[in-house]
Amino acid sequence: MSENILEVKNLKAYYDILKGQVKAVDDVTFNLKKGEILGLAGESGCGKSTLASSFISRKKPLKYISGEVDLVGNKIMEMSEKEFKKLRLSTISLIPQYALDAFSPTKKIKTYIADLARQHGIKTDKKFFNKVKERLDLVNLDESVLNRYSIELSGGMKQRVIMVISTILDPEFLIADEITSALDVSSQRFVATMLANLRDLGIIKSSIFITHDLSILYQIADRIMIMYAGNFAEIGPTDEIVDNPRHPYTRALIDSLPKVGIQYKDKRLSGIDGTPPHLLNIGEGCRFRHRCPYAIDKCEETPQREQVAEDHYVSCWRWKELGSDLSGQK
Amino acid sequence: MAKNKDIVMSVQGLTKVFKSGILNPEYTVAAKDVSFHIEKGKIISLIGESGSGKTTVGKLILKLINPSEGKIIYKGKDIAEINDKSETQNYYRRVQGIFQDPFATFNPLYRVDRVFDLIFDSFDLDYEDKDKAIRDALYDVNLNPDRTLGKFPHQLSGGQLQRLLIARALLMDVDVLIADELISMLDASTRIGVLNLLVESCKKHGMSVIFITHDLNLGYYISDKSLIMYKGRLVERGDTKKIYENATHPYTQMLFEAVPEIGERWDPDEEFLPEQVVDDVNDFYQNNKGKGFVEIEEDHSVLFSDQ
Amino acid sequence: MAKDFWAKHENLYYALTNKKVIFGLTIVAIVFLLAAFGPLIAQYEYDEYAGQGYLPPSSDHFFGTTIDGKDVFTRTVHGLRSTLLVGAVAGTIATLIGCIIGFVAGYYGGTIFDELLMMLTNIFVVMPQLALLIVIAAFLEVRGTFVMAVIVASTAWPWTARAVRSQTLSLKNQEYVSLSRISSISVSRILREDIASNMFSYVFMVFIQQFNGTMLATVQLEFLGLGPTKGISLGLVMQNAVNWNGIQLGMWWWAIIPGLILTILITALYFVNTGLDAAFNPRLREM
Repeated sequence: MSENILEVKNLKAYYDILKGQVKAVDDVTFNLKKGEILGLAGESGCGKSTLASSFISRKKPLKYISGEVDLVGNKIMEMSEKEFKKLRLSTISLIPQYALDAFSPTKKIKTYIADLARQHGIKTDKKFFNKVKERLDLVNLDESVLNRYSIELSGGMKQRVIMVISTILDPEFLIADEITSALDVSSQRFVATMLANLRDLGIIKSSIFITHDLSILYQIADRIMIMYAGNFAEIGPTDEIVDNPRHPYTRALIDSLPKVGIQYKDKRLSGIDGTPPHLLNIGEGCRFRHRCPYAIDKCEETPQREQVAEDHYVSCWRWKELGSDLSGQK
Repeated sequence: MAKNKDIVMSVQGLTKVFKSGILNPEYTVAAKDVSFHIEKGKIISLIGESGSGKTTVGKLILKLINPSEGKIIYKGKDIAEINDKSETQNYYRRVQGIFQDPFATFNPLYRVDRVFDLIFDSFDLDYEDKDKAIRDALYDVNLNPDRTLGKFPHQLSGGQLQRLLIARALLMDVDVLIADELISMLDASTRIGVLNLLVESCKKHGMSVIFITHDLNLGYYISDKSLIMYKGRLVERGDTKKIYENATHPYTQMLFEAVPEIGERWDPDEEFLPEQVVDDVNDFYQNNKGKGFVEIEEDHSVLFSDQ
Repeated sequence: MAKDFWAKHENLYYALTNKKVIFGLTIVAIVFLLAAFGPLIAQYEYDEYAGQGYLPPSSDHFFGTTIDGKDVFTRTVHGLRSTLLVGAVAGTIATLIGCIIGFVAGYYGGTIFDELLMMLTNIFVVMPQLALLIVIAAFLEVRGTFVMAVIVASTAWPWTARAVRSQTLSLKNQEYVSLSRISSISVSRILREDIASNMFSYVFMVFIQQFNGTMLATVQLEFLGLGPTKGISLGLVMQNAVNWNGIQLGMWWWAIIPGLILTILITALYFVNTGLDAAFNPRLREM
């Protein structure tokens, strides 16, 4: 049953700059199952967007260093740009982080869609636009939207248009990078739910939903993967991650989220002191160790990825012994 | 009812209409008939989505724009009457703000230290050692002075810039702080540290904060009172907990429904459309025509109709 | 000591070390030197019959001769001087007028002042520049350098006015201006540090653009024979070359060189402009 759409093994992608290398994605391993929505969470600079870029478009100074990425049998890191182009939009599609800003203010929405389609070699005939209209209806947009300009649409509406375009060829796998962050709360729910709907309807098979907002992932992700400072920290089923996190960073992250009905005067939340490390020429060792309350000498050595349970992995030397300390009430 | 002496600032019937163009003017009502009190040492969340008017209210209190109608009373006086230089200076000594976009808040041509220099130049801040005071303030917000001072704004992250602005405000020890989307650029783990610091400052110095945000959960966590704004109107106002337990205005109800919570899942069968709220609100106003802004329980008022 | 100077005037440092600026300024300097000293080293007068016609470039005639034996080099450098002068004066006038109108309109943005000034500007924008210039220039029997400059400036300023106005408007609403306001900074300090300093580089670059524009407009007029009534100008040299079929006759030194110098100058100025943009905007600097 759990056929994997995507298998990533020990992926390393660094930014090559004058001063050295920014180790933005360092030895990341995970799978994406068919029909799954995998949430990718982590704070700014953790490498989640870089991970997406390393699959789809490695533009300088981002450089692929090592590791394998297997997308439904295609080894995409070894493919040439030309070969990979055939996969774009049809097999793998990306909604980039600032897609909302990419609308040309002087083009009507239908022109924008047609241009984009042509760039990917799709014929923009009547059949195509009928499909577009169907999909627009699915996201509750009237087809009159096609004749409007982007400034006439709200952020939420624009995001919905983007979702329609990005999935028009029914890709196997959609990467959605911060598609809810710039939206109002009401649109956030709609867009996040829409992503799950697209999967349920079979329009997309699987998705990686990148965001820093764990509470939204809790709503629609089947599994959640946590990254910290370019490293893999933990991956597991959503409820497990939230209720029984094994990585100290995951726990701290969950703890720092305000809970329903809890005020400061009832119970103070604690954040994490300090800030993530600079990734420029960063050395070995667990990158969280300077902020981790459980750090020991061994943490100077880069932790191995170990299995906790089915589909649940963690990279921490002490996960076993800390097990009971982290879960439950603090 | 709050005792009068606890009230630091009072906003009454505040309205702001923007006019664009002279020959064929277009009017935009950014805020209409907004009224509330700010009590000493309390935190008020001003919650709304884009276009709600919350930033406009912040700007009005900061005297960056003038109201079309209504008044803001501070220390017994309508701030619209504060015109001369020294009175304005006194006002800003005690009323400060942190704006939404940290990148836009720093003049790109100068180093970030300038924002501190400006306040030390203008105000009589009670510190023996200016440099030490600044360094201490930076440590308080989890910033390393050696890695942030002396840099240009584009060399720092949004989160660092935001924290610099918070440090600046805390250095001034003000009565009222308008914090507009204060922590939007900060990560979840750093946010809490900053929020906790804010709350402690309020307790320690008696500072009042208007915490403008669209994040209901954070608003709930730190605020005593809440103001919910929708399309320029104040639709629900009162004790935060009471609003949460008894959300009456359809817009408030929609907000609480839309917010993702850990521990509670959205109902997959429920159809949630952001457009729906417009109709719901209009129906609500129609059904309650003429009622206006009504107190439904102690310290909890709702806008029942917009006439 | 030098280091302190640069530390205080960082912008200047970046301006002068930017590759584009260095490259551009070098070329501009060469052209200006040519205009300044060319006439001094020229062996002939620009109207003098200096030798045989049709001669390609040689040590006697650096740029060869025209069809009737006038020295092209002499004509070019004298013409360059005249054209540069008109262009520079026109550019300065246009920038000044544009800046004043633009700044006032922007500062009073949204009020009746703004509307009136913009209406005035729009009237000028809509007028066909070349046609107007031709009419004015043809009307005047005698055209001196200054008059030429005024004529050219009269249609060039609207562009500056609009650009400066929009820049002022946007700067006025910048949040760092708001921060200065709530930090109780004096209005004059705000104008100086927040608005003008962010405008200075803009205005400087606007001037360079204007200079380019006025130069081209000047050459256009000269080419049509509507240049200064006395003397030689670059456009006139080019006009002669075309009228006397310089191109068809294969006299590339006459037909192409003067125009090439103009093109090189204008291109170099664009380089300087782009380089300065990076210098003045810290975000664009290569770190």
